[in-house]
Amino acid sequence: MIMSATPKPGITGTRSEETVESPAPPAPAAATGPKLRASNVNFFYGKFQALHSISIDFPENQITALIGPSGCGKSTFLRTLNRINDTIRGARFTGEVVMDGSSITQVDVTELRRRVGMVFQRPNPFPKSIFDNIAYGVRINGLARRSEIADVVEKSLRRAALWEEVKDKLNKSAYALSGGQQQRLCIARALAVNPEVLLLDEPCSALDPIATSKIEELLLSIRDQCTLIIVTHNMQQAARVADLTGFFLMGKLVEFNKTDVIFKNPAKKETEDYITGRFG
Amino acid sequence: MLILWRKTVNGVMLTLTGICAFVTASALFLILGYLVWNGGKSLDWNFFTKLPLSPGELGGGMANAIIGSAKIVALAALIGVPVGFLSGVYIAEFSGKAMANVIRYTADLLNGVPSIVIGIFAWTLLVVPMHHFSAWAGGFALSLMVIPVTLRATEQFLGQVPLALREGALALGASKWRSVATVVIPAARTGIMTGIILGVARVSGETAPLLFTALNNQYWSKGFGEPTASLPVMIYTHAISPYEDWHRQAWAAGLVLLGLVLVANIAARMVLAKGAASQRG
Repeated sequence: MIMSATPKPGITGTRSEETVESPAPPAPAAATGPKLRASNVNFFYGKFQALHSISIDFPENQITALIGPSGCGKSTFLRTLNRINDTIRGARFTGEVVMDGSSITQVDVTELRRRVGMVFQRPNPFPKSIFDNIAYGVRINGLARRSEIADVVEKSLRRAALWEEVKDKLNKSAYALSGGQQQRLCIARALAVNPEVLLLDEPCSALDPIATSKIEELLLSIRDQCTLIIVTHNMQQAARVADLTGFFLMGKLVEFNKTDVIFKNPAKKETEDYITGRFG
Repeated sequence: MLILWRKTVNGVMLTLTGICAFVTASALFLILGYLVWNGGKSLDWNFFTKLPLSPGELGGGMANAIIGSAKIVALAALIGVPVGFLSGVYIAEFSGKAMANVIRYTADLLNGVPSIVIGIFAWTLLVVPMHHFSAWAGGFALSLMVIPVTLRATEQFLGQVPLALREGALALGASKWRSVATVVIPAARTGIMTGIILGVARVSGETAPLLFTALNNQYWSKGFGEPTASLPVMIYTHAISPYEDWHRQAWAAGLVLLGLVLVANIAARMVLAKGAASQRG
């Protein structure tokens, strides 16, 4: 990985501006300042450039949705934020992502991933018991004493609204759960290490509508505890849960604004075309 | 006319393939039946508890060969399994692709080395300098055959662990080796264990490498430094002898050896089935 961090203090984000280079208007929800700030992020898979100078500010304790057609780079961008793309051979990014004032390339990558949790497209519980799945991150990060782990597990499962369903079978394999339960388990597993930011990569795309609505309720209920960034194909989902929405197209951030504005009064024609279903 | 021809060809092919399949299946049952018939007659409690006797004396056994085989195979597993397993982990998880290809290819070549050549090699390396045959040398020779089997099983089953599980562990703040040790290896555990059991069972029947290394012993051998009896070599020496009662003992030893390998195979399958069941929940 080659990381050429190029801090650009003048740039605060793109908001509803078309290009990244131009200075942006103040953040729409900048009450607490951005938790996470991406500036001029370019991303390459080998010679292919997947992202073109993306700049976004993610405000604390808000849900930000990233929408766009398949292959537009939204997942790639999300996976840059916890540097999980580092594991891909030939992948590199330029630009800078700053969390709480320090660049994510400066902090230890395991500590970064502890603080920036991730939930994947398909539920990926470990082939372990429900209890051990939740306890995993706590154990490897040494976050709790042995005697406290059971409490952490219960608390995390309650936060993910899964406790009542699994409290009698904590020692059963996580594979015994339904798809929707497995995904909530994965959210609980991520929450167990107290992340400050939670990245969700199309977390409901493999789930039915009932399981989806449970996850959405869950996301709204944990918003006050961490900053959420969700990639979704489902525009209704973005409209239902997100405070802010960014629209990606062909590796570029076309538009970023409050969700109402994006859906009711988009500034760009591409955004409007996508939202009204003219393509994508 | 054409239809008749087509039907004839169809019938001939069906018969031919059917016969071949039958021959394959019956080969095992013929061997098994022959062993049970001949070996069963001479298998008794003495076989498991007594030392071999001279030809003509009744009531001898092969207790020393059973223990000797266990010692040699245990030693082979003790050396070969960790080396094979860790190198499998290395090429599956940590090394570059080019390095993995080189090591995998080398392991395949090692796996293809005729066992008699492995025997000569171990003889030159250990028996000649030590000036005597020993279980050490026998275990070492067999371990060279355990390593490639274990390596391939490890690499194959680690490779089948989905990327999603690895990323899941990394995303929780696990380091690379930590995710491998705590998620990837446990996920592949049953497959790897099955491969190891089958590999070790396979080498427990090897004769050629032991002829040069552990040799044989009519008596108990102390520790690992003396010539040591083993079931395959015992079968060989008894079967080529001119004595009728030694032939019977050889059959009995063959039956016991096959029984052990069969038990290992069934155990491996049970481990695999149990692992699959626990993953389904």
